[in-house]
Amino acid sequence: MSDIRDQEPEPGKAAKSGAGPGPVPPVSAGGPPAGPPVGKVPPEAVKAIPVRHYGRWISAAVVLFLLALLVQAFRNADIAWEVVGEYLDAETVVEGALNTLWITLCSMLLGVVLGVVLAVMRLSANPVLSSVSYAYIWFFRGTPVLVQLFLWFNLALIFPVFDIGFYEADMNEVMTPFMAALLGLGLNEAAYMAEISRAGILSVDRGQTEAAHALGMSGAKTMRRIVLPQAMRVIVPPTGNEFINMLKTSSLAYAIQYQELFLAGRNISSRTLAVMEMLIVVSVWYLVLTTVFSIGQYYLERYFARGSDHRLPPTPLQRIRAQLTSFRVRSKVRGASGEVTV
Amino acid sequence: MSEPMVRAEQVHKSFGPVKVLRGIDLEVRRGEVFCLVGPSGSGKSTFLRCINHLEQISAGRLWVDGRLVGYRQKGRKLYEMKEREVAAQRRDIGMVFQRFNLFPHMTAVENVMEAPVQVKGVPRARARERAVELLERVGLGDKIRAYPAQLSGGQQQRVAIARALAMDPKLMLFDEPTSALDPELVGEVLDVMRQLAEEGMTMIVVTHEMGFAREVGDSLVFMDGGVVVEAGHPREVLTDPRHERTRAFLSKVL
Ligand SMILES: Nc1ncnc2c1ncn2[C@@H]1O[C@H](COP(=O)(O)OP(=O)(O)O)[C@@H](O)[C@H]1O
Ligand SMILES: [Mg+2]
Repeated sequence: MSDIRDQEPEPGKAAKSGAGPGPVPPVSAGGPPAGPPVGKVPPEAVKAIPVRHYGRWISAAVVLFLLALLVQAFRNADIAWEVVGEYLDAETVVEGALNTLWITLCSMLLGVVLGVVLAVMRLSANPVLSSVSYAYIWFFRGTPVLVQLFLWFNLALIFPVFDIGFYEADMNEVMTPFMAALLGLGLNEAAYMAEISRAGILSVDRGQTEAAHALGMSGAKTMRRIVLPQAMRVIVPPTGNEFINMLKTSSLAYAIQYQELFLAGRNISSRTLAVMEMLIVVSVWYLVLTTVFSIGQYYLERYFARGSDHRLPPTPLQRIRAQLTSFRVRSKVRGASGEVTV
Repeated sequence: MSEPMVRAEQVHKSFGPVKVLRGIDLEVRRGEVFCLVGPSGSGKSTFLRCINHLEQISAGRLWVDGRLVGYRQKGRKLYEMKEREVAAQRRDIGMVFQRFNLFPHMTAVENVMEAPVQVKGVPRARARERAVELLERVGLGDKIRAYPAQLSGGQQQRVAIARALAMDPKLMLFDEPTSALDPELVGEVLDVMRQLAEEGMTMIVVTHEMGFAREVGDSLVFMDGGVVVEAGHPREVLTDPRHERTRAFLSKVL
């Protein structure tokens, strides 16, 4: 027998160890004893017949049936799958995907940096700064991105010459499709990021600012070293969503001739007339990009959660490793309960 | 006689229409442990926060180490200090909060190094060495890499004390440092404070620990309703209070 058992006195033994007579089992008036006698339940793992979930089986069957119908429909549909396969890694398509990735990264960078600045301005005690930030957010959130894209792209109509003192150029040369897309998408994103960042900054306990000030840190240092890193925990998850939204919203830039993924697909389908096939190719690529970003987001969230909890949940990799060894773990638990000791 | 560490003359503080401090007069001598007691809402925290200019006083004068807090005097005119000057003044005043307020995204040692590195420009390696030393002094040499969430309340408060000491302050403010702690953890924090008092640190301590005040305190002030009701040596005030309000309060906390 294991020594664990010897250390833990069984309920039955404990009851008998007293000098006097053992406790009398409860007896209901005039009938047999109610329930099992005290101290007779063996300390082993519970073995019971699990509840049957008939509802789950039925709903699963219904859903599988509907899925089968869908697959059948697509098999009969007039889609040239070999065309999909052929263009999936076509050079123009891959180039389009890379451009989508590039414009997304650039616009998000612009959006995040400007958004944090706008949020700090909005929360500033200076009324000019906070009103300017408010007005910015009001304008860029209040007009459609597509309109903003066209506004930037057509800027040469009202400012034919780009002139900032030390640098002068033809506006049509400066405002390339990339530039227009970057400004249109990035400046619009900044308005949303400003609101997300503001919520993050406000979520940090006031005591943190006070502690930093009491140590002699300036307002700017306190913001950068103490408040923003903690605000990140609140800022990162919605920013991940913004990133994924931006991957998809960037397809609007096809309207101003930016050579991104969707435009690449359109160009091919207008030549080959394989409209649906190219839409599928494009969709596959968007799914790949968004999936990769979701994984990155997961790890970023873990990084900024450091110190916030006693233990972080395991990463998927760690979970798989744990599951591979879980058989051993389970048998150990049983051993402790006294049933099996290996 | 040397200049007192803190001198308050008719210090008033209002939040809008609410008058919280109504004329505080007191002096804290160098090297003494000055205890501030009084019922909740009597303005103890507010007064403490005025001393390092986390709150701006509405009337009166407040000096720390012979210099006006938050203002410069030129002739008969007062000039408000710039943010940088206020920050420079605060460097020399350590503060310990009821709720610890450690930086949760930094380990214990990073918490202690942060201000020396960021404010004083001490090289990281040297700041780290000093931080480890301070953590050892408060009995946390084995916890330097722990995040605040992994520490007990008493341990967190001791890190907070080490963090304040890292700036080599000449005055330490304690705002109910043990009020948020489980009873069995109070002792370890009071021990660190006692040790600090023995080393000659000037300390202003807001506390409900009358045993500590009696044993370690050099002066004690009883505040109520934003004024000083009674002041004296802790043993005198605690054993033989002269005012009815002091007596009523002490009968509740002792
Ligand atoms: N920032 C503030 N705005 C308005 N009222 C405040 C503020 N800070 C403190 N008070 C008020 O001042 C009074 C005294 O507070 P405090 O100094 O914290 O008392 P104590 O620390 O003695 O319990 C309380 O009534 C509180 O509501
Ligand atoms: Mg208080």
